[in-house]
Amino acid sequence: MSTSRTVNQKAWFMVLPVLVSVAFSAIIPLMTVVNYSVQDILGPDQRVFVGMEWFRTVMRDSELHAALYRQLLFSIAVLVVEIPLGVLVAMAMPRAGWRASLALVLIAMPLLIPWNVVGTIWQIYAREDIGLLGHVLGILGVSYNYAQNSFDAWLTVLVMDVWHWTPLVVLLAYAGLQSIPDVYYQAARIDGASRWAVFRHVQLPRLRGVLLIALLLRFMDSFMIYTEPFVLTGGGPGTATTFLSQYLTQKAVGQFDLGPAAAFSLVYFLIILLCCFVLYNLVRADDHDGAGGQR
Amino acid sequence: MTFWLKGIGFRRGKEILLHPLDLELRPGVPNVLLGAAGAGKTTLLRLMAGLEVPSEGRILSGASDLTGVPVRRRSVAMVYQQFINYPSMTVFENIASPLRVAGQGEARIRERVREIAEVLRLTPLLARMPSELSGGQQQRTALARALAREADLLLLDEPLANLDYKLREELREELGQVFARQRTTVVYATTEPMEALQLGGVATVLDAGRLLQTGEVAQVFSRPSSLAAARAFSDPPINVLPAVWRGASRLLHLATGTTLPGPHALASRLGDQELSIQVGIRPQQLGLAPKGAGGFALEGIVELAEISGSDTYVHVRHGEHLLVAQVPGVHRLPLESRCTLHADAAGLFGFAADGQPLFAPDR
Amino acid sequence: MARIEFIDVAHTYANGTPAADSDWALQPMTMTWDDGGAYALLGPSGCGKSTLLNIISGLVKPTRGRILFDGRDVTHAPPELRNIAQVFQFPVIYDSLSVRGNLEFPLRNRGWKTAEARRRAEQIAQLLELTADLDRPARGLGADMKQKISLGRGLVRTDVAAVLFDEPLTVIDPHLKWLLRRKLKQIHQELKLSLIYVTHDQTEAMTFADRVVVMSHGRVVQEATPEELFERPAHRFVGYFIGSPGMNFIPAQWREGSAWVGDVPITTQSRADPDAADIAVGVRPERLEARTAAGPNSVPARVLAVRDLGTHAMCTLDVDGARVRARLPDVADAAALTHLFIPPERSALYAVEWRLP
Repeated sequence: MSTSRTVNQKAWFMVLPVLVSVAFSAIIPLMTVVNYSVQDILGPDQRVFVGMEWFRTVMRDSELHAALYRQLLFSIAVLVVEIPLGVLVAMAMPRAGWRASLALVLIAMPLLIPWNVVGTIWQIYAREDIGLLGHVLGILGVSYNYAQNSFDAWLTVLVMDVWHWTPLVVLLAYAGLQSIPDVYYQAARIDGASRWAVFRHVQLPRLRGVLLIALLLRFMDSFMIYTEPFVLTGGGPGTATTFLSQYLTQKAVGQFDLGPAAAFSLVYFLIILLCCFVLYNLVRADDHDGAGGQR
Repeated sequence: MTFWLKGIGFRRGKEILLHPLDLELRPGVPNVLLGAAGAGKTTLLRLMAGLEVPSEGRILSGASDLTGVPVRRRSVAMVYQQFINYPSMTVFENIASPLRVAGQGEARIRERVREIAEVLRLTPLLARMPSELSGGQQQRTALARALAREADLLLLDEPLANLDYKLREELREELGQVFARQRTTVVYATTEPMEALQLGGVATVLDAGRLLQTGEVAQVFSRPSSLAAARAFSDPPINVLPAVWRGASRLLHLATGTTLPGPHALASRLGDQELSIQVGIRPQQLGLAPKGAGGFALEGIVELAEISGSDTYVHVRHGEHLLVAQVPGVHRLPLESRCTLHADAAGLFGFAADGQPLFAPDR
Repeated sequence: MARIEFIDVAHTYANGTPAADSDWALQPMTMTWDDGGAYALLGPSGCGKSTLLNIISGLVKPTRGRILFDGRDVTHAPPELRNIAQVFQFPVIYDSLSVRGNLEFPLRNRGWKTAEARRRAEQIAQLLELTADLDRPARGLGADMKQKISLGRGLVRTDVAAVLFDEPLTVIDPHLKWLLRRKLKQIHQELKLSLIYVTHDQTEAMTFADRVVVMSHGRVVQEATPEELFERPAHRFVGYFIGSPGMNFIPAQWREGSAWVGDVPITTQSRADPDAADIAVGVRPERLEARTAAGPNSVPARVLAVRDLGTHAMCTLDVDGARVRARLPDVADAAALTHLFIPPERSALYAVEWRLP
């Protein structure tokens, strides 16, 4: 068995550079956060170990609760709109030929724009004075001001995110639809199935895996969202669109309350980890089902 | 080049995929691995190739120990069930690829490719891409590429399983001829006993990760070392009926009621004792016409008559047993009709209750 | 049940009018499928059998010709209006439904009431031995069960004229294949539906069908009962394709009113005189007999190879320069062999393609 051991050692050498860079860019900063979360830093050389104090403070912070609540609401709204919309658009897209290529390119464009530029685009677009959308709404008599009205701000952030990220869902759903063999549609025709029945019983079940992945990705990203709303509204008006990551940044960088910020960062991290774990297992279970059935 | 597998076993986690076995692979004759799906043929092939490291045992060739040597450093070529070719290269390039990797000269490559293409009847197709070829042509290309390597070991994992019935028949014969001309040691895995018989050479019967029997094909077929080996090497499956041998009266009582004088081989082997045994009757031993002296009859109901061109497989329910008979010619027997199958006592196999062979027909 | 008629039906996948025969995926054909018959379409890959099946079901509209169901022109009718059911090569089931749900699906789509749909589904489930699994989800089941469900979906409809099978046993384990084959035969006997079965496997075709349609390169070469295809193939392709191994075609010359293989005159079933001098004697390997001396209808043969196949021997021989295969009872028979006897009543003369009557 000595030969197999040699092979394994070579593999470690290959992985070493990656390990080093991951250590620097992720692990060490993470350790730093853990460090801050259990200490009170009064000055450059004055640190006091406070144990779970920050965690307790953070859990009782009402502003944090508000930001968390806003964040959850936002993520849920995003999922409710983007997943069904993405599937519908994917179903409407052409399946083959040059039209399919063109459609794919057009759909993918919003995904290619740098995120702060997305924020800037919508910031200008929605203004009543110089933005097309804002101006048209003004002409139509709709009272709309995202800088001053909380509801309008929320709506704008939501629409912006839908515009930006639904294409991802579309691409995933499109790939999923392409993988459905023709025989299923043929059999459904012969069985006399209506369009709705075909969707419900042929397409949707086979999209399950893909949709779970889309759900996972969109939830993770939207729960951590920072750049776009920050550029668009700065978190305002007031704290109407201050989501969790912005709140934390304000606390840590703005107020230099590193302790509580670090503590909640860890909690934040664990929440996302937990949700991803649950969703990932759902995806794996789905895989097993599918594979077992196909045999 | 002869290869020896000594005590080779393979485990994945707690699951034993291959129980320790010894095997010798000889050049010049096909070494056929016969077994049902999941018997361990693919695992064994992968171990031979070096794609897996055995959990125990050694693989030797000549003086060198190949255990643990990674596949890239071994002289081995493999052909799979799915026709695997480089999709972006022409047939010519596909066959030439191992020669290019070996760094051979352009002229030599061209000569060798043409040679091999000739043998496998691929010459008119050399400029085509794999996607433009039929299944049989693609598989022949894959085989040509494997042959071009002139490796010490050529492994084939059910290479004809994905082909049309007739094509399989033809290619099987071609393969037999191609192998005869090679100096490579050939190992051929299959689930069909007929393929093993047609290829000839040395057969190794595998069942649930165990090696049941190995030897010359016709030998293994006519002298199975156990009931399990007889079962594995029969298609359609061998008919097994429980029976009792009453030595005192020299009579064999089949569980279904039929009594017949015991065959000579049985009498001399078991003598006067009384013993429960299992009687094996090959489907080819059962016919629709009486067999004369030494013959006996089994009554039953026809479950299905399967016509395979030259022969008819008649499935008959005899008491609570299902018998299969292979009868020459085309016979249309209606479902649920009564049918009498005839067999000759001299053609019976006998196995003890634990599967050990007791007697076999004279060959 | 319906009588299906094809009138000058042909199909090509190319654009424009095909110039040569080879451009047609299905060459022009006229044929009738009798009500309640079991047919098999047999041929190698690319012979046009799947195209033919899809034209019957309506998934493909033929480039030319008309299709009648019981005299009604359905050429332009879509599959859902043709009263056919189709079982595909890969088991198609609705993942989200139970077995029962799958069986009731076609009936619900057609507006059947719940109670009636339930009753009918249970009836068919019993026929297919699926009753015990009715309430299980269709998803985790084995391929053979899924194919039974696919078949069941076709059988539940009472208006089904024909059930079409497109190589349905391809993904089934070998030992389960014969159980499904038996089930299909039983269903045919009980329900008396028209069944049309596409396959490249002669065992499946011959077991299943009352009549087999042999196809090659888009053309129907012969349509007959399994026995006739075996004993009296009308075309060289049929002789070659049916039987394992296929028929021998020994080149012969026609002179002085008789067929000659080398110096031996051969009598066969054929009575007609051929047009050309070059013909062949067609005889199956199973019918050739070993001889140790010359005699009528016996040609000199030289053994090239003998293969012991356990229960019989397959012999390859040279007969007047041609390669011939013979199935002999024992390997020993090949050792003493000097001649091969061609039974007159089991052989025929073949011109370039067709058998001489």
